[in-house]
Amino acid sequence: MTILTKMGATKKSDVLVSVHDAKLHYQVGGAFAAMRGKSTVVKAVDGVTFDIRRGESVGLLGESGCGKTSMGRLLLKLEDITGGSIHFDGEELSKVHRKGLKKFRSKAQLIFQNPFDAINPRFTIRQTLSEPLENADIPRSEREDLIIKALELVKLPEPAQFLDRYPHQLSGGQLQRVVMARALILQPEFVVADEPVSMLDVSVRAGVLNVFRDVRDRLGLTAIYISHDLALVRYVCERTIVMYLGRIMEDGPTEDIVREPLHPYTKALVAAVPVPNPDQSHDPLPIGRGAPDPRNPPSGCVFRDRCPSAHARCAAEVPQPRPVGSRLVACHLF
Amino acid sequence: MTEPLLSVRDLRVSYQVGRNFVHAVDGASFDIPRGSITGLVGESGCGKTTVARALTRVIADNATISGGQILFDGKDLAKIPEKEMNALRWRDIAFIPQSAMNSLDPVYTVEYQLGEVLRRRGGMDRKQARARSEELFDMVGIDRGRLTDYPHQFSGGMRQRVAIALALALDPKLIIADEPVTALDVIVQRQILDQLKELQTRLGLSVILVTHDISVVAYICDRTVVMYAGKVAESGTMQQTLTAPSHPYSMGLRNAFPDLQGAASGILTPIEGAPPNLANPPAGCRFRPRCPFALDLCGSEPPVIDVAPGHPVLCHRASESENLRIEAAKTETWMARA
Amino acid sequence: MPEVAAVKTSVSEAVVPEVAAPRRPNIIARFFRTLRLPVNDPFAVAGLVIYLIFIATAIFADSIATHDPTEILYTPSYDLAADLRPGQDGFLMGTTSLGRDVFSQLIHGSRSALLIGVTAAFMVALIGSIIGLVAGYFGRWVDAVLMRLADIAFGIPFLPFVIVLAAFLKPSIWNVVLAMALVLWRDTARVIRSQVLTLRTRGYVEAARVAGSSDFRIILRHIAPNILPLSFLYGSIAIGWAILTEASISFLGFGDPDSISWGYMLQDAFASQALAKQAYYWFVPPGVCIILVVSAGFFITRGYENILFPKLNR
Repeated sequence: MTILTKMGATKKSDVLVSVHDAKLHYQVGGAFAAMRGKSTVVKAVDGVTFDIRRGESVGLLGESGCGKTSMGRLLLKLEDITGGSIHFDGEELSKVHRKGLKKFRSKAQLIFQNPFDAINPRFTIRQTLSEPLENADIPRSEREDLIIKALELVKLPEPAQFLDRYPHQLSGGQLQRVVMARALILQPEFVVADEPVSMLDVSVRAGVLNVFRDVRDRLGLTAIYISHDLALVRYVCERTIVMYLGRIMEDGPTEDIVREPLHPYTKALVAAVPVPNPDQSHDPLPIGRGAPDPRNPPSGCVFRDRCPSAHARCAAEVPQPRPVGSRLVACHLF
Repeated sequence: MTEPLLSVRDLRVSYQVGRNFVHAVDGASFDIPRGSITGLVGESGCGKTTVARALTRVIADNATISGGQILFDGKDLAKIPEKEMNALRWRDIAFIPQSAMNSLDPVYTVEYQLGEVLRRRGGMDRKQARARSEELFDMVGIDRGRLTDYPHQFSGGMRQRVAIALALALDPKLIIADEPVTALDVIVQRQILDQLKELQTRLGLSVILVTHDISVVAYICDRTVVMYAGKVAESGTMQQTLTAPSHPYSMGLRNAFPDLQGAASGILTPIEGAPPNLANPPAGCRFRPRCPFALDLCGSEPPVIDVAPGHPVLCHRASESENLRIEAAKTETWMARA
Repeated sequence: MPEVAAVKTSVSEAVVPEVAAPRRPNIIARFFRTLRLPVNDPFAVAGLVIYLIFIATAIFADSIATHDPTEILYTPSYDLAADLRPGQDGFLMGTTSLGRDVFSQLIHGSRSALLIGVTAAFMVALIGSIIGLVAGYFGRWVDAVLMRLADIAFGIPFLPFVIVLAAFLKPSIWNVVLAMALVLWRDTARVIRSQVLTLRTRGYVEAARVAGSSDFRIILRHIAPNILPLSFLYGSIAIGWAILTEASISFLGFGDPDSISWGYMLQDAFASQALAKQAYYWFVPPGVCIILVVSAGFFITRGYENILFPKLNR
């Protein structure tokens, strides 16, 4: 890591984001729960390591409670990291404050899950898009121009007509484009998109996804796409990181993962994705019943209680990610 | 085909909002055959949930069934007195909600709540109710020992299983499930769907599955009713409506969904625009503003054309669907509209 | 590309006069929209009308009143004008036992009631809102400290505290107001804090953070406008409380002896055994005024509640 930092000072490193053993633990329940011997710590993210190269699109895939959203928030310094480190462009995020933070905020952006909630209902679209510009001290005379350009970028037709409207006058698809425009208006390098289409109607999802792909390619963005839906991740990301209970299970090229998942959890996940084709046959799911409990994860491998191929070693020892071909897999089978 | 279990004819439901009426369902007709799973699909605000609720007449205070028939076992559910309707609910038509937490009372054990239904509505005594509860838990695949648990002690997927058990309690003929798996993760979703399908086949139930997700429909359903802006766009078997759809809206939906089994390079094509505001719907065909095949004549009310037996389509150009389908598969067709 | 350049120049030309900043709705209209006066509820409208009359009376008290309220008056026959009935010798509502004009006292009483009500409401709303905002937004130890202070404020017996403090500092209207503000901020702060806690989790607040907005800016632009109606609600509740409290204190004899208030009138009437003298004209009007103004305040409050929590009324 130190080598990377030093390199960053002289020459732009190939790696934009570097996560090393990142942890995010929450305290839940009170002293009474602790007295009754219940675990009071939820390990939302528990020792995650990965690098993201410049211009790369990475999908963070997993079920609810797997830590994918927490990981995204850590990457944007919206949560304080409990342990480990995250370097953005060579700088360690936990040491970024005030001025540096302001600069970081203009470089790293978030696209929200729920566009109906992500825009202040009292603000017009113009006011909404002006906010990041004001914070970046962009003179008033240049703002209008930038706002129009950002709205054109996200393919909102005739952007000028939207400027004085309020959010409730826009459809979900249009709102999500405004949310994207706000994220992109300062030309960031890095964007985290947290399930950006899950709240939208099915007929307009494709439009938003296409804009996302198009903008990313045009601006050369480095992107994280958080989702529980492998089909969507596959549509926008070349690389996928599969998470389960705060840990990485598998990390590799999306196509490889879709075609031949290696980790038993990924196998179940891929098999479970429904296909919009009634003629498709389905195999039974290779997974046990039950649900992950983030408060009391099993010892050793966190997936072992649902894993069809779990054995003695899985309970005793936490599997470390190991390279298997083009991928990293955290499983004792490999 | 034998007589359908449920036959909805020209159903209309309107909401009063201030002094205006919003026709959330504006003339919906479809049949639910015996022993099948029918998917009622559409986007938010298309009226699918309103239809589902109107079937059991559990609708909002400001809503009224303003017309049409709901024929179930020779009775018109839109007309029968409330007392008779109440007797039908649960016993003949049961409901599975999107979030089971809403239908379960957090202060009572699951066994108590199941027992309540079985004794009050099913006329069983305590012993029979207990036996039936255990049987139901076996059916939905939950350990009997968990009968004495409270709802919050179950995970989301387990709670949905409890909701299924609750719906099955009195051996209904028809189950209406409103987005039963939407809130669940893919793996649990798949497990619940498998369970539902297995029970449906075993018990010969009829199920109406209300959902926005055509992947779920494709996975589990036999038939589909596609709704758009308060009307039924088309209905038919899965092959008729999903593999070879005849309404431009269904054709558009087909292109808008990512397919994990499909080619990696496939491009998704959205349907530009947004569903209309039902307080002020466009004249004529309601899909016209978004339809790449709209003609001048689409400004008039579209006819229902049976493109095949049991496959009605609400479209002026339904007879040309063969050709339109070829056009609709191309991305340019939909882009030109924008 | 040349097209883009052309557009750009035209835009920058248009923007050259700095005055042509983005059009904003005028500031008064915006203020009233933020206030969200409850004009759809007949009771609230009645309340607003009573308030308008009350405020106008207070402002123009000097011209409406027929006499100086503290002046000891005499009849044309140079007798002390004591215990005169309404209409006697031209005294509209009669006189007190000390020969003061009841009508003029009533009119001037509106002034101290308004002064107390408005300043107390303002202070309660202001202190409560600021503490609630700060505690809710920053959370952690800031929240813990402020909310424990609120707990302490909840433990203070209201009337005795106000009496003791007002008496200790010197009986004056301002000390009564101060004493009330020191106790009543707790309700406002509690409620606003909980509102802020929910607002803080809204997507657009987080979005503002990601957009690089400072805490101050987020509080001011994204959170405060949403709690303003609540501040008004608690402010309007405080008006009623303040007037009642002042009346109680004056009635108990701990009030400011130099200023005429409705509570003082009641105390004066009580001490002069007006009831025994059946001098209803003396103590009924101030009583009615207190009831009218306080209930008008609660009608308006109710109107705000209907706006804020529309479901309560179903």
